[in-house]
Amino acid sequence: MNFARVLPFIAVLPLAAAVQAADPVVPVNLPEPKEGQYVHNAPTVDDLMADESIHPELKKVILKGRDMFMNTQQYRGEYVFNDMNCKSCHMGEGRKNWSGPIWPAATTLPDFRGKNGHVNSLEERIAGCFSFSMNGTPPAYGSDDMLAMLAYHQWLAKDAPVYEKNIAGRGFNSLGNKLPELSYEQGEKVYQDNCAICHGADGQGQKKDGQVVFPALWGDNSYNWGAGMTRIFTAASFIKNNMPLGKPGSLSDQEAWNVAYFVNSQERPQDPRYTGDVKETREKFLNFHKHTTYGTEVNGKLLGDHDNTGSKPFLKPDVLRPRTFD
Amino acid sequence: MNGPVRYLSLVGALLVSASALAQGNPEQGKQLVMQGDGSGAPCMACHGQDGGGNNAGGFPRLAGLDENYLAKQMRDYNSGSRTSPIMQPNVDNFSDQQLQDIAAYYAAMPVPATKAPAADDALMAQGEKLALQGDWDNYIPPCSSCHGPDNGGMGDVFPGIAGQHPNYIASQLRAWQAGSRSNDPNNLMVAVAERLTDQQITAVAAWLGAQPASAAKGGK
Repeated sequence: MNFARVLPFIAVLPLAAAVQAADPVVPVNLPEPKEGQYVHNAPTVDDLMADESIHPELKKVILKGRDMFMNTQQYRGEYVFNDMNCKSCHMGEGRKNWSGPIWPAATTLPDFRGKNGHVNSLEERIAGCFSFSMNGTPPAYGSDDMLAMLAYHQWLAKDAPVYEKNIAGRGFNSLGNKLPELSYEQGEKVYQDNCAICHGADGQGQKKDGQVVFPALWGDNSYNWGAGMTRIFTAASFIKNNMPLGKPGSLSDQEAWNVAYFVNSQERPQDPRYTGDVKETREKFLNFHKHTTYGTEVNGKLLGDHDNTGSKPFLKPDVLRPRTFD
Repeated sequence: MNGPVRYLSLVGALLVSASALAQGNPEQGKQLVMQGDGSGAPCMACHGQDGGGNNAGGFPRLAGLDENYLAKQMRDYNSGSRTSPIMQPNVDNFSDQQLQDIAAYYAAMPVPATKAPAADDALMAQGEKLALQGDWDNYIPPCSSCHGPDNGGMGDVFPGIAGQHPNYIASQLRAWQAGSRSNDPNNLMVAVAERLTDQQITAVAAWLGAQPASAAKGGK
């Protein structure tokens, strides 16, 4: 009888729902493309399935690459030794502007990279992600797994011009690489207010039934000291345009900078390029580490001064090597 | 290598504090569920003896949901950050401890089998895609990115939504759109809910409702 009494109230609910706010509570605030920048709309899986010009065998390989990208944890202990999936940083399937879209790697490489000071192939670029951001080692060059990754990248670049570098939404660096004044304390407050609910007060993320749901942001299961994300400007821009999830652009620039500084002032697995001396390693790769806290003291502690490689039983994957054409 | 040890002890401390918060007495809760708060209907009148709820009425399944999540929802009815002309008068006479007891009772209940109404294949396919892959071109991340594997829930913040009644899921998404529900932490849910079309709401609710529910096992 109580059941019958409350039913009329239920019927009223859809009417209330019809009145929708004109202004969203949480707008999607992303940077606009700059004048003259090329905007690419990467294809979707639906586009792939509908495209009869793509051989069914190639579709299989592209989808395999996509599956590796979305669920990289299936290679935990083989290619990946931390809690990351490719999609953890390259959000929206690697298609999204301002989320490190991956297709530009297919249209702008081979190219010279400042990080390692030589001309890199697409395979080598992907190897960098596995070695640093995933604290692991890449699929072997020329292997089936590597081919699948390449196919996914190149298919996402379909119809984009090759070697066109003025690309809208590329990478994460919308805030530029000039650091404002940074506050660890303010960053910690931003973190606890906005990030801890998913990534944990201790930054260790959350798992359920052994599956990573929210990745660790520091510690043994996070990116190592050689990852692009350890650069404060990279993390600040990533956070500004992607975090908290579903709320891009909701933090102020200064909040994004401070929280990036806070997160990147925590300890994490050793840089695979470690020479055995953190200050020497910092100097040797200063073009990279001038943007990180590695080998510097924060709150009285020298960061990166350890031999801890996380759960990875080696320091440096063999594929990381210089190239010269002299 | 003192890093891992330090992290482990931090995690341990968090686990202890999380379990200390969950202190409802399910036996007390059972009494309250049958009696009500004195001014309204007893919980079981709508949510069922088995806590399974009712799709036609839009009453959610409560059995197996996280204790602290449930307790917070009831407190939020009393504070007004979640509004319902049905729920509010039915819980307003309960103390916070009584609400926690009720929550503990439902959280410990076995998850009853629920049967979602049939929906056509195209709608289900659209719902599955939204739940597991999202609609990033409209900045809608997949449900599972927060609600966890199989959308079974993460901790006391992100409830299990798999196997929840479609009419309830749809009514809540519309409540966020209308502003009658605003008790999500940091506006995380309203951000997504307000970007969904009405048709997407119908699809994702239908698909989630047809998935097997499992008891909430928290994050960490």
